[in-house]
Amino acid sequence: MNSAFAWLFDPEHWSGPSGFPARILEHLTYTGIAVLIAAAIAVPLGAVIGHTGKGTFLVAGLSNGLRALPELGLLTLLVLLTWVGLLPLVISLVILAIPPILAGTYSGVRNVDRAAVDAAHGMGMRGPTVLARVELPNALPLIIGGLRAATLQVIATATIAAYVSLGGLGRFVIDGNNAGAGSPDGYPQMAAGAIAVAVLALLMEGLLELVERLVVSPGVRNQSRARRAVRLRRRPTTDLVENPT
Amino acid sequence: MIEFQAVTKQYPDGTVAVDNLDLAVEDGGITVFVGPSGCGKTTSLRMINRMIDPTGGRILLDGKDIRESDPPLLRRGIGYVIQHAGLFPHRTVLDNVATVPLLTGQSRRAARSRAGELLELVGLPAKLAKRYPAQLSGGQQQRVGVARALAADPPVLLMDEPFSAVDPIVRDDLQQQLLRLQSELDKTIVFVTHDIDEAIKLGDRVAVFRVGGRLAQYDDPSALLARPADDFVSSFVGRDRGYRALGFLDAGGVPVGPVATVRAGEQATADQLDDGWAVAVDAENRPLGWVSAELLSTMDGSVNADRLVSGGSLFEVDSSAGTTAGSLRNALDAALSSPSAVGIAIDGDGAVVGGVTADTVLAALADARRAGEVPA
Repeated sequence: MNSAFAWLFDPEHWSGPSGFPARILEHLTYTGIAVLIAAAIAVPLGAVIGHTGKGTFLVAGLSNGLRALPELGLLTLLVLLTWVGLLPLVISLVILAIPPILAGTYSGVRNVDRAAVDAAHGMGMRGPTVLARVELPNALPLIIGGLRAATLQVIATATIAAYVSLGGLGRFVIDGNNAGAGSPDGYPQMAAGAIAVAVLALLMEGLLELVERLVVSPGVRNQSRARRAVRLRRRPTTDLVENPT
Repeated sequence: MIEFQAVTKQYPDGTVAVDNLDLAVEDGGITVFVGPSGCGKTTSLRMINRMIDPTGGRILLDGKDIRESDPPLLRRGIGYVIQHAGLFPHRTVLDNVATVPLLTGQSRRAARSRAGELLELVGLPAKLAKRYPAQLSGGQQQRVGVARALAADPPVLLMDEPFSAVDPIVRDDLQQQLLRLQSELDKTIVFVTHDIDEAIKLGDRVAVFRVGGRLAQYDDPSALLARPADDFVSSFVGRDRGYRALGFLDAGGVPVGPVATVRAGEQATADQLDDGWAVAVDAENRPLGWVSAELLSTMDGSVNADRLVSGGSLFEVDSSAGTTAGSLRNALDAALSSPSAVGIAIDGDGAVVGGVTADTVLAALADARRAGEVPA
């Protein structure tokens, strides 16, 4: 373990195109691209399904189905079938990131107080306005929760980039493995890479927590922690709009 | 004027929520839809602002078929208050109230200043404006809900069981407030409740629905109590309806007799009691409770305010203060609930003016009946 930290803090490993700063930047780039694309797909999809209540089966199906895919296998398959480079990696990571964001957005929108949604319609808001001004602001804690889960998983999994000759912190793990047990660049390098991934994940977690504090309304934040657990367990209330008294 | 013309709502599974409803809600005043659950009262209410569309018949609002209006635009002109208030958790109280003015294109500044006026109107302190709904009590949330519904000054207000989720004391408060607001604003209010007492208390007209979405009776509350149309209405109105009907009769004819009083903290003897009882009063002559001869004998001669027998309900007679006089029901209840069988009559300031007995109330009722003041 000491040799791992020695390797990690060795100044020689903190400069140049194969040093930690460059690898961290690569790692964050892969993560950022994947999470942003996943969010661009999953947030609107989850929001519309949650708002309309139509296509609920998609959420469960997609979430479970995509979660069952092994990322490394998928990446290898994509590389073998088609291209080498960034695209197969990003596709694999996007597929990994979609389920938590989709589930978070869907349940966030679905679990907004039905009385508030009913009142919003009853006061004359149109559907898209209800979604944008009432449902999404109240769903934010769960949406950001989904983004956090997705980011963590993608950061951890982006190490597989090195497997297909790309960069990122996975480089240290793969190279260390290749260098073998006896080499000073062997296991210490692998462990140093793993530690860097873990620290990066914690830092991103902290950053997203900060974002949550900044963008979520105090009125929702105060109650969300206590109610989140309950809301997730509760079955969505039946829609008031088309129900007999 | 809101007119239901042969309105029916049938769901795809065959359930009929509202069955061939013909009903006209007059302008001004509170019209209450009341009935057991599954009677279609809420469905009927929600058809007025097109939250639900009927499957048959039509609804006219001021002579115009509401199906010709775009639902969101129609709804912006109709206030809407629901059971759990349905406030937006992420917005402050002030911004919740400003919702409809903002939707109709008012500036944020104008909408907020209007919202401020409304909070005052519904009796909420200005310091609550910056709070979030989760920080308010249930009763306060309901007041905000009413303020929000009134923000665009709609002529019609729909209220769907607005007070049924708050405790009885707060509910009573909210009901009084609604009556006060209505006397100032004179809106056309349609109010749904399952509570017949609430219906009778608030309604200028009451529509009783029966299960299956049929109108059983549509009448003013005193007529509903005096002449239920059939057994269903009679049983729904409840077994105490004869007693409750007394609530609509003015107690002006009930003679208020003298009542013995003793002042708390001062010396008193058994001679001051009347039939073994006296009302203990404070320095302003307001009643504190009853003292009996037996109790007085244990009190070392002076009236101990901490050891009184608690009194019954109070009966307010019309006084110089200009407050409304109580009903025969108030007078009778005061007499029946009093430990001495004498009901305490108070004036508008709460001071004791005399006592009433059940006999005198019943005699006054008989007089009123002879004079034709009691609907038969």
